[in-house]
Amino acid sequence: MKDDNDAINSERRTFLGVAAGITAAAVAPGVILHTVAAAPRAEPVTSDVRWGLLIDTAKCVDGCSACVDACNHENGLNLQVMPAGESPQKWETQKAVWIRKIKLQDNQTGRVTTLPLMCQHCDDPPCVDVCPTGASFKRADGIVMVDRHLCIGCRYCMMACPYKARSFNHAEMHGQLTSVPRGKGCVESCNLCVHRRDFEQESTACVDACAAEGHHAIVFGDLKNPNSEISQLLNAMPSRQIREDLVLNTGVRYSGV
Amino acid sequence: MATVLKTCLVAAGLVWALAAQTVQAEEMKRYVVEGSRAATLPSCVEPTELMRRQHMEFIKHQRIATVHEGIRKEKYGLSGCVDCHISYSAERIPQPINQADQFCGACHAFAAVNLNCFDCHASVPNGTPLDAAAAHEAAGVAAQVQSHRDGEDH
Repeated sequence: MKDDNDAINSERRTFLGVAAGITAAAVAPGVILHTVAAAPRAEPVTSDVRWGLLIDTAKCVDGCSACVDACNHENGLNLQVMPAGESPQKWETQKAVWIRKIKLQDNQTGRVTTLPLMCQHCDDPPCVDVCPTGASFKRADGIVMVDRHLCIGCRYCMMACPYKARSFNHAEMHGQLTSVPRGKGCVESCNLCVHRRDFEQESTACVDACAAEGHHAIVFGDLKNPNSEISQLLNAMPSRQIREDLVLNTGVRYSGV
Repeated sequence: MATVLKTCLVAAGLVWALAAQTVQAEEMKRYVVEGSRAATLPSCVEPTELMRRQHMEFIKHQRIATVHEGIRKEKYGLSGCVDCHISYSAERIPQPINQADQFCGACHAFAAVNLNCFDCHASVPNGTPLDAAAAHEAAGVAAQVQSHRDGEDH
């Protein structure tokens, strides 16, 4: 039996090797890069990249919730329904939210800033420190996420997160998306559209939605690539981390705050 | 006389045993649902015997590679199981695979093993919103699945 499997595997590997060779040859001239770009990932993610967001609060519009709505749609958050008998106020505070729109006011000058706040994808995430099962983890490419298979729903990570970025699923769910499995009893948060990352797509749902609204307030990209748009912008304009005092080296940066 | 009786009894016993086995073989249900893509294929991603005994191990190893390392190209992904084993009703509505008369649900009910993959995972092919829209359009089930996905029917 073992030999059979080995034989099958080696054939498969040969085929994949040839396929990869052909693909590489095709990509080299850079002609059909787009077709290849949609392929599912076959190799483990590496720390050669670190995904992040840059949010220009000057471009973020008060009252617009395009990013939140897009996130809800992309990740199936719009599937949640208020449990029968729940008070609407309680539901508002308990339902899963991956991005929230925050309004800041400087009390001395009266200046109001709005910004979307999601998981900040810390380099040194407190949620990972406190997780008793290893469910909360940081992927090699910098995405902080929850392995729901391991999550026992203790919610320590929610307590530890200084950004209030995580939500807990209280109720059973139906009709989930294939790309975003979700269910009762697990904690969840923004994962930088990890399903898009693994299929080599270029942006996140919130970035697309913000651009579609014409605001272009959110830029997604690789923080480690000096030539990426996000790195160039970070290099050119002043930006900050929220709660810099915690020295978490966040992957989400804000300008204009 | 006693010998004859004994022989008869033994013969009857043998016949019964054989018949029982035949019946058992006939009762050995095939859980692959007719009308699914899986029903048209000679075997799953591994030989059937292996899949019956070890599919849970395959899926478990795959899930670690997928969640922690982002590998989506391996052959043991759960979404692959669903895509291939899903069957459609006469109205072209995909039947949740963990339903008692469907592939996963029926066998797990027979084996009395709790099936909780689909507490979180999609039990019908339900891709990313963009892909899903195209796929459901092609399959002619857009209306049904759309309403399901947006939670309008809850």
